[in-house]
Amino acid sequence: MYEIISKTEVVPNIYELIIKAPEIAEKAKPGQFVILMIDEAGERLPFTLSDWDAKKGAITIYFLEVGLSTMTLARLDKKNISAVIGPLGKPVSAEKFGTIVLGGGCYGIGGIYPIVKALKEAGNTVITIIEARSSYLLYNKEKLRKYSDRFIVTTGDGTKGEKGKVHDVVKIMIKRKEKINRAYFIGCTFMMMNCFNETKNHDITTFVALSPIMVDGTGMCGCCRCLVDGETKFACVDGPIFEAKDIDWDILFKRNAAYSQQEAMIYQFHSCESREV
Amino acid sequence: MDVKEKLKISRQKMPEQDPSVRAKNFMEVPLGFSTKTAQLEAQRCLNCKIPKCKEGCPVYVKIPEFLKLIVEGDFAAAARKIKETNALPAVCGRVCPQESQCEATCILGKKGDPVAIGRLERFVADYERENNLIKIPKKQPAKNKKVAVVGSGPSGLTVAGDLIKLGYDVTIFEALHKPGGVLIYGIPEFRLPKAIVEAEVDYLVKQGVKLKLNKVIGASRTVEDLFKRDGFDAVFLGVGAGLPRFMNIEGENLSNVYSANEYLTRINLMKAYLYPEHYTPIALGRNVTVVGGGNVTMDSARCALRTGAQKVTIVYRRAREQMPARGEEIHHAEEEGIILKLLNNPVELIGDEKGAVKKMRCIKMKLGEPDESGRKRPVPIEGSEFTLNTDLVIMGIGAGANPLLTSTMPDLELNKWGYIVADENGRTSMEGIWAGGDIVTGSATVIQAMGAGKQAAKAIDSYIKSGK
Repeated sequence: MYEIISKTEVVPNIYELIIKAPEIAEKAKPGQFVILMIDEAGERLPFTLSDWDAKKGAITIYFLEVGLSTMTLARLDKKNISAVIGPLGKPVSAEKFGTIVLGGGCYGIGGIYPIVKALKEAGNTVITIIEARSSYLLYNKEKLRKYSDRFIVTTGDGTKGEKGKVHDVVKIMIKRKEKINRAYFIGCTFMMMNCFNETKNHDITTFVALSPIMVDGTGMCGCCRCLVDGETKFACVDGPIFEAKDIDWDILFKRNAAYSQQEAMIYQFHSCESREV
Repeated sequence: MDVKEKLKISRQKMPEQDPSVRAKNFMEVPLGFSTKTAQLEAQRCLNCKIPKCKEGCPVYVKIPEFLKLIVEGDFAAAARKIKETNALPAVCGRVCPQESQCEATCILGKKGDPVAIGRLERFVADYERENNLIKIPKKQPAKNKKVAVVGSGPSGLTVAGDLIKLGYDVTIFEALHKPGGVLIYGIPEFRLPKAIVEAEVDYLVKQGVKLKLNKVIGASRTVEDLFKRDGFDAVFLGVGAGLPRFMNIEGENLSNVYSANEYLTRINLMKAYLYPEHYTPIALGRNVTVVGGGNVTMDSARCALRTGAQKVTIVYRRAREQMPARGEEIHHAEEEGIILKLLNNPVELIGDEKGAVKKMRCIKMKLGEPDESGRKRPVPIEGSEFTLNTDLVIMGIGAGANPLLTSTMPDLELNKWGYIVADENGRTSMEGIWAGGDIVTGSATVIQAMGAGKQAAKAIDSYIKSGK
């Protein structure tokens, strides 16, 4: 059993979970993820490691309530979950590359933080851009600002910062011929693809953190396979961070939607049930 | 009873669930022997002076001895006799390919049917467990030496079982949330009930084996940590060959195309057939196609049937004689209505606008000259392509070496396929580190992995005792 130290709805529908997992906190590196199981009947759910504290033996993840499993996790009232496994996946290499743009949306506002921090500490010029539909959906701002040379907030409705999204800001930066050596984007697949579409013709090495469906998370099942540079790769052991130019986005979108019908139906069914109680 | 009388007894049949019934449930197919049938069957053993059956067993089970105890009616003692050399009799009695091991060398098999050794092994192990007669064997005094076992599959459980008896302090590290490795995530409930695996693991835990679940060695701890921080004296790597192979054909990444590993893991480990009581979903195909010819292919096909498929077809590129699956498994699959399409090979998968598989293009094959495996090489027949309709495809074409652990051990010698190089005792290129099972041999059987575990346990014991 793993103790939940805290669970907070940081903005509507996005939750921060701090879990006691000393071994993982000690070994975690930016870009890695954990697999989490609520109980014996639960799914094996992958989440980006968004912070950790080796001294306290704690790890932090952020998640969006989207389906049955995340709904259950969000409403969990017990103090323990049955499994936390990791750290899994290949970490990013935190070297000095020059000027780096890092973009986060949704759970990625939390997920981008370890990479921001590591790249700043490695001596890079770090430009962090985050996006949300509206100002009340922004979180993690102070932590990100602390390690950013420039910190840009965007909102879809313009209620805070620039009106628009991360890729709009990237577009303007490129137009202004600002020097960017590398870019990292974490968020939903659509957001990452949009961002890459801006950087791809401008000699900016761009990385994205893929979040395909997984089961074991250790390379054993092949559920999370993606087509990368024409080759089948497993996001859990070969990724989850890949160079964006190599990714077959179409396959990624379609494989991610494989269970959407079943899940939508079950989510409805369970939501109704829990309301009755 | 004299030999003549013994020879008159015919090999006893084990009752099975009717194919039309069992194809709709996950309960075990063979129902087990009654005590009477078991004793009758055991009487068939001729008590050969030089028992050939033992030589056929990778873990040297004392076969004539345990059969004699069955005849005498002391079933629990028979189970304990087996356990002297085999920690997992209830498992082996079910999934060992006895027809190519102990039963293949049984003298009775020369003219008629061999003694049903496997079924009797299952019978006594079940008898002992179901009647709560399991006794914890005596251990040698504690040696105060620690051994780490990485992976809780058949090889790891065997190493743990042998070394705990010798007085070692044994810890098993398992990456998944349940112990048993392939016995849990791979082999389906109807062939090996999970309660039996749990009981076998429990037997080890009761003897003092420590079990650490959710520990991915290579991620949360390295093998170096095991030695330097945790103070283990030796490490056994039994991590299996967990890296599914794909054919690298067009359309393989469409939705509803599974590796057999994923399909079986969702069903066996995650209990996806009980969705939504269990939260892991699985696609329910009506017209399922499974590619391959081994036991894993048979297991996948039979699981598909049990989750409601109306038609299940196995596509295999060679002929029936070359299928690596056990005869019994092929027979069971066919009885349940699974169609074998032999000498066919997929060349492309075709999807719909949503990216889900809809059709499989195949090419007909013929057999050519033998290849390096000794089996006749399948050769495509030009211009013979045809298309099958299907809405779910499972690739059961084998597994390779999973690099998660080995990639963290640069000094460990691997062969060109990524498997760990180890001698016949499981000794690797690194001091104090042993390996066995599929991560050394590539995909093989449960009992072969157990045999490797047995050798390694012996070698680890003498290494720790003598430092060599």
